[in-house]
Amino acid sequence: MQRGKGMKFVGDSRIKATNKMPNVPKDYSEYPGKTEAFWPNFLLKEWMVGAVFLIGYLILTVSEAAPLERQADPTDTTYIPVPDWYFLSMYQLLKYEFASGPWNIVGALIMPGIAMGALMLVPFMDTSKERKPFKRPLPTAFMLLAFAAMFYLTWESVKNHDWEKAAKQGAIVEKVEVEFDTESEGYQIYAGSSCIGCHGNAFEGGLGLTLIDTGLTAAEIEEIAHNGRGDMGPGLWKGTDEDLKVLAEFIEGLKSKE
Amino acid sequence: MLNKIYDWVDERLDITPIWRDIADHEVPEHVNPAHHFSAFIYCFGGLTFFVTVIQILSGMFLTMYYTPDIENAWKSVYYLQNEVAFGEIVRGMHHWGASLVIVMMFLHTLRVFFTGSYKKPRELNWVVGVLIFAVMLGLGFTGYLLPWDMKAVFATKVGIEIAASVPFIGESIKVLLAGDTTILGAQTLTRFFAIHVFFLPAALLGLLAAHFIMIRKQGISGPL
Repeated sequence: MQRGKGMKFVGDSRIKATNKMPNVPKDYSEYPGKTEAFWPNFLLKEWMVGAVFLIGYLILTVSEAAPLERQADPTDTTYIPVPDWYFLSMYQLLKYEFASGPWNIVGALIMPGIAMGALMLVPFMDTSKERKPFKRPLPTAFMLLAFAAMFYLTWESVKNHDWEKAAKQGAIVEKVEVEFDTESEGYQIYAGSSCIGCHGNAFEGGLGLTLIDTGLTAAEIEEIAHNGRGDMGPGLWKGTDEDLKVLAEFIEGLKSKE
Repeated sequence: MLNKIYDWVDERLDITPIWRDIADHEVPEHVNPAHHFSAFIYCFGGLTFFVTVIQILSGMFLTMYYTPDIENAWKSVYYLQNEVAFGEIVRGMHHWGASLVIVMMFLHTLRVFFTGSYKKPRELNWVVGVLIFAVMLGLGFTGYLLPWDMKAVFATKVGIEIAASVPFIGESIKVLLAGDTTILGAQTLTRFFAIHVFFLPAALLGLLAAHFIMIRKQGISGPL
């Protein structure tokens, strides 16, 4: 047996082309057309495809930063989770009546299990010699149907998810602190009103926004207290106009240390 | 010089057959996009592997900063994202790569399906491919928890509940993944980290090796 460079091979790899293994593919030189050496000719072309792909990949990376929400707080039960996009179809499935509640097992296990099992067993179900997709309509139709179903479920899930709220509930809130006198008249009025419920004991925000560094004038703050803004409804101020004036001036003066 | 080194090694280890099996073979015309542009569909598998390699490399660099501990995990990711030079790029590549690998793998699966390339004698390679698909989804699922931000914890909670609904062994799977029957916390994070960084990549590399050895043994399926 000859060893080293110049060694002669039969067929494409080291499998000997005896009649013992009928599955050995024919030598590529037997195919019609132009074959090409993998190394280095074809690999160079493959690398060019890879380079174009890499450019797109890097453009995506620099234009869209990887998301990071605020640090996990397992006690926050109001958070509505959403999985990564490739699990959305399964996530959506669990919302339907036939696949949730007492039938949860259908959506969580049986249907995905059947799909994965069927995918695994494809070569053992579709055993004909025919390879062209149009000449084996059943496997082709099933695959297209499965694809359409997943696409539809993902679409529905994206459509029904409140992405604005999702971005808000996960946003990193930078903690701003401010020095204030809890004995001051302004804070006394604040603590005695309903404002403190949403805007926090130290004006840090909560359900409402923070009141530190609002950049608003006292008059604007009074106006918002009466008429609301954004998620804040109108008519929330229940106190007197005099108190509100003091409070608005107090809030106007809440500026964080630089 | 290189030739001399090659000959020296070859004389002792007979590496020419190995080299031939890895690199020195012919590529038929019907899969070569230089001859038929439509043959780019045969690139999806290679591109999946390309992204996988990037995932492994970027992941290795991420672990130089990441701390799998509930106090510091989020902080280390935040620091990596905002303070470390190119940290945003490396994390970004790992994040987007996780999606791209799924996309490319999906396209590769469809290509193999619609060209009927899974048929005899390549059934086993298809089965291994589906297992790779499952491992990749597992990597995506476990990696989602690691930044320890809000969506990470709550999505994992849902995922573990689904795993727990498996009849008979569900509770055991849950304890295996979460490290506790009720708490999703410090144990869960270290377990997901270990699964994401050691167990699943080990399984993935083994399956990929099997996938590629089978391709080399059987060659690419012929033209349609």
